[in-house]
Amino acid sequence: MTQPHRLPEGGIIDRTRALRFEFDGVQHEGYAGDTLASALLANGVHLVGRSFKYHRPRGIFSAGAEEPNALVQLSPASGARTEPNVKATMQALYDGLIAASQNCWPSVHFDVGAINNVMSCLMPAGFYYKTFMWPPTPKWWLKYEHVIRHAAGMGRAALAPDPDHYEHQYAHCDVLVVGGGLTGLAAAHTAAKAGARVILCDESAAWGGGVGDIGATIDDRPVDRWIADTVRDCARFDDITLLPRTTAFGYYDGNLVGAIERVTDHLSEPPAHTPRQRLWKIRAKSVVLASGAIERGIAYANNDLPGTMLAGAARTYARRYGVRPGTRAVVFTNNDSAYLTALDLHDAGVAIAAVIDARPASQLTRGLHQHARASGLAILPDSAIIGARGGRRVASVDVATLAGGRSTRVDCDLVCVSGGWNPAVHLFSQARGKLRYDEPLATFVPDISPLPILPAGAANGCFDPTAAVMEGRAAGAAAIPGAGMMASPHHSPRTNGVDGTALQPLWAVPATRRTAKRFVDLQNDVTVDDIALAAREGYVSVEHLKRYTTLGMGTDQGKTSNIIGLALMAEQLDLPIPKVGTTTFRPPYTPVTLGAFPGHETAAHVEPTRYSAMHDWHQEHGARFVNAGLWKRPHSYPRPGETEDDAANREARNVRTHVGLVDVSTLGKIELQGRDVAELLNRVYINKWDTLALGRCRYGVMLRDDGLVMDDGTTSRLSATHYLMTTTTVNAVRVMQQLEYLLQAEWRNLDVYATSVTEQWAAAALSGPKAREVLAKVMDIDVSNGAFPFLAVATCHVRTAQGLVPARAFRMSYSGELAYEIHVPADHGRAMWEAIIKAGDDAGIMPYGTEAMSTLRIEKGHVVIGPEADGRTTADDLGMGKLVNPAKWCIGKPLLARPALTAPDRWQLVGLTALDGARMPRAAKIVANPDHALPNPMLGHVTSWCYSPNLDAWIALALLANGRARHGEVLWALSPLANVRVRVKVGPPCFIDPEGARLRV
Amino acid sequence: MLLIPCPWCGPRNQIEFTYGGDATVQRPGNDAPEAAWEAFVYMRDNPSGPHDELWLHSAGCRSWFKLRRDTRTHDILGSARMGDELGGESP
Ligand SMILES: [Zn+2]
Repeated sequence: MTQPHRLPEGGIIDRTRALRFEFDGVQHEGYAGDTLASALLANGVHLVGRSFKYHRPRGIFSAGAEEPNALVQLSPASGARTEPNVKATMQALYDGLIAASQNCWPSVHFDVGAINNVMSCLMPAGFYYKTFMWPPTPKWWLKYEHVIRHAAGMGRAALAPDPDHYEHQYAHCDVLVVGGGLTGLAAAHTAAKAGARVILCDESAAWGGGVGDIGATIDDRPVDRWIADTVRDCARFDDITLLPRTTAFGYYDGNLVGAIERVTDHLSEPPAHTPRQRLWKIRAKSVVLASGAIERGIAYANNDLPGTMLAGAARTYARRYGVRPGTRAVVFTNNDSAYLTALDLHDAGVAIAAVIDARPASQLTRGLHQHARASGLAILPDSAIIGARGGRRVASVDVATLAGGRSTRVDCDLVCVSGGWNPAVHLFSQARGKLRYDEPLATFVPDISPLPILPAGAANGCFDPTAAVMEGRAAGAAAIPGAGMMASPHHSPRTNGVDGTALQPLWAVPATRRTAKRFVDLQNDVTVDDIALAAREGYVSVEHLKRYTTLGMGTDQGKTSNIIGLALMAEQLDLPIPKVGTTTFRPPYTPVTLGAFPGHETAAHVEPTRYSAMHDWHQEHGARFVNAGLWKRPHSYPRPGETEDDAANREARNVRTHVGLVDVSTLGKIELQGRDVAELLNRVYINKWDTLALGRCRYGVMLRDDGLVMDDGTTSRLSATHYLMTTTTVNAVRVMQQLEYLLQAEWRNLDVYATSVTEQWAAAALSGPKAREVLAKVMDIDVSNGAFPFLAVATCHVRTAQGLVPARAFRMSYSGELAYEIHVPADHGRAMWEAIIKAGDDAGIMPYGTEAMSTLRIEKGHVVIGPEADGRTTADDLGMGKLVNPAKWCIGKPLLARPALTAPDRWQLVGLTALDGARMPRAAKIVANPDHALPNPMLGHVTSWCYSPNLDAWIALALLANGRARHGEVLWALSPLANVRVRVKVGPPCFIDPEGARLRV
Repeated sequence: MLLIPCPWCGPRNQIEFTYGGDATVQRPGNDAPEAAWEAFVYMRDNPSGPHDELWLHSAGCRSWFKLRRDTRTHDILGSARMGDELGGESP
């Protein structure tokens, strides 16, 4: 609990606020302001995990979002809140934090999976593909899978539902500044000062950004003062939003930037009613990309031992977190930035065993190098680490000159490595920005983008703090609306503000022993040899290289490794690096919690739920509900002791013998008004409409342009220029959209206004031989057969407990019985429903649900859009060919005569009755001979089926080849999946009252 | 997510809109030959570059309108009410 590696002073941590935490069962202490990684290092913990493939011990490699190694399982014992693959370098420490290493068993110190390391010759790049492509049977994969999945884990997902919630936030701004380092602060300050609406976000909790600026002087102020002053000044502007702990992870169309704010992840106890994370969708007029740069390493043998760290990270831990990451360090570099690490570690009391520089002595004569020498640091020019030694921590390195020759062993417990810096161009690239290979930096830098995104500072390849601030100000000014988005300069000084020399590219140190592993991608265990193997085997395109070796495919997406892999491939192919190119940068920049994407739209809130005005009544009367699109509809109303099937059969029987009431509010309802409604109807329905009299309604069928059936329904004429169209529940939106399209785009001269009123009207259908006597009790009009015949329509009133309610009555029937539809304004729906139920008491009225409704319509052979009209059927297939009026044009008609739509073997609607007392199989295919050799020729299929309580038989509707000519034939309905075969008799698609006499009584 | 300029409402999020297909195809006259109807129903170009499309502001004003979009970049080059011509760069 003593934090033995903590420096007595310095850094952004608060030494007065100690925080307790637990890692792998051991209690430690850190300070407020620590990350989990800095707190672990303060306690001397370097070994934090095992690698993905070889299970090699791994330590903390970086100090930021690029971390490939230090992935931990957070809150491992919490069933619901445990989270895998959390970067220790990004996780803010809080009191009571519990974390565990992952990908190791039984422990990080003794890991059984490490046998893979010994066996690694059997697991080359692409070994999945090679091993499991042969023998060609999935059985082998099934044998291996369990073992491999267990060995190659990446932490455990929570098994319990996520107890946290996530929020979405839309935002708009003139200038979005991504990154709150010196560059970003300068850009945001400049833009906000000029009056622009600014959003500034940074992935970390503290402003000030990366490591490059430590110790710098800006505007004659120490950099920490400058940062504090600038943040304070920014906060004073009216129209600026500062978002710390917020990662801009993706750049999308229309300058939409996705950002994830970690609202409570840094707190031990999240406050109630606060989202854990907030997903920002920011529409920015322009974006300043000040996302900094990411350091890369150099591949040498065993460069993955714990205690190996990027040089900038070591400096960050020493200067920002007041932690000594080792006691005796070796610095290995090909550029000047690592000298700053060496000097800072030296100042912090870390012994610097050597600075190993790949560059020749003749280049190491500038001020920075002199300064290092003057501080007593030993510089070994023209040298490299050829290998590291150690078990669970680096113990020494072997150093040799790049020319070869004898190596020297240097003892150390920390290796700080720098192979150069890569601008974080991810968002720039996502914004279709082109990258340019910069030879002096040996990396890709932003070139041009067609979109308003301005890279600046280290993200633009500018590493000098003073110059970066200037670039930030220039970008902030250029990004203001109307400023013209002048591209920022690309030729800034790049020497860390110190007197130094250029980088010398060094990607991998030549191997001295064949078996030693030189890692390129630490997270996926991809080595220099794997890349050479991929090249030999022909996987030379970067996209193939990535997928074959898994280079850059981990949760870090190769932030520290991709460029090394590309450079090594370029070497293999003897091509310049820009010719090899880069893989595509895709969102997200860092992993985003899945829960943040749906936000609050989960469970019941995935989609809206639509309820009819009578829903509560249904619920109070025992209805079981079924989903119909977004609607909840009563399926049936089971009584005590009844199954749903019993209830539906009782309800269907009662409609034929007495009377029933069904909620049909979900039908699409479209009001059509204007002088040309009849003409519109003539054009969209197959039948004739200009003859429809006032106060009458008619059934119609609509086709698509290709001639196939789209929808059906009725349209009523309420006045000379006022019609009401009904559509099926499923097609209500589609039909409305189609009418709007036709009226607005194609037939703009038609005087018709279409308004959807589905929600505004509640509707019920009253069916059965006693329907009229019930209706007469509640309506204020004469409903006798003479006054209100079949297909009559009336505007009238219903007598309800609420008094007289305006209504529309329609004499139409879906059940095949004497039936009426009553529509009332939705607010009166329940009163109307209750009035009819009460009035029907003596007549034996029962409510019925969709299941009984379906049985009734199958008995009558009424088709449904979907099962029967399945997008392949014509009106003629459904037996409605005669409805197509030969004397007029309508949509779909020009293509109706095509040979395929008039062929004699088309599948036509028929009725089937199951023979031998059998139950009709579901979704069966129809064949002539069930014992025919496979494949058995299919004559058609069952589209709808039910037990008919009125016929006491299993019946079905079916589409059958040339079906109308097959009435009377006996065929077989086959369900191979259920292993059922049933003899069926073919007949007309109507089982009850084929003449329709009951409709007209 | 596209930011679509409805000619009636102004710029709105893509989620408010429904795509309605190619705006350049012409509906044949009622008595046009079957071949013309087949072309209208089935044949579509797949242009690379500016393309005129129909969109419906379905969760907004419910207007159909024309939109010119670059199919390579998703850049939106203009929108126009039905009956008006799209200006700017022609497809
Ligand atoms: Zn609109």
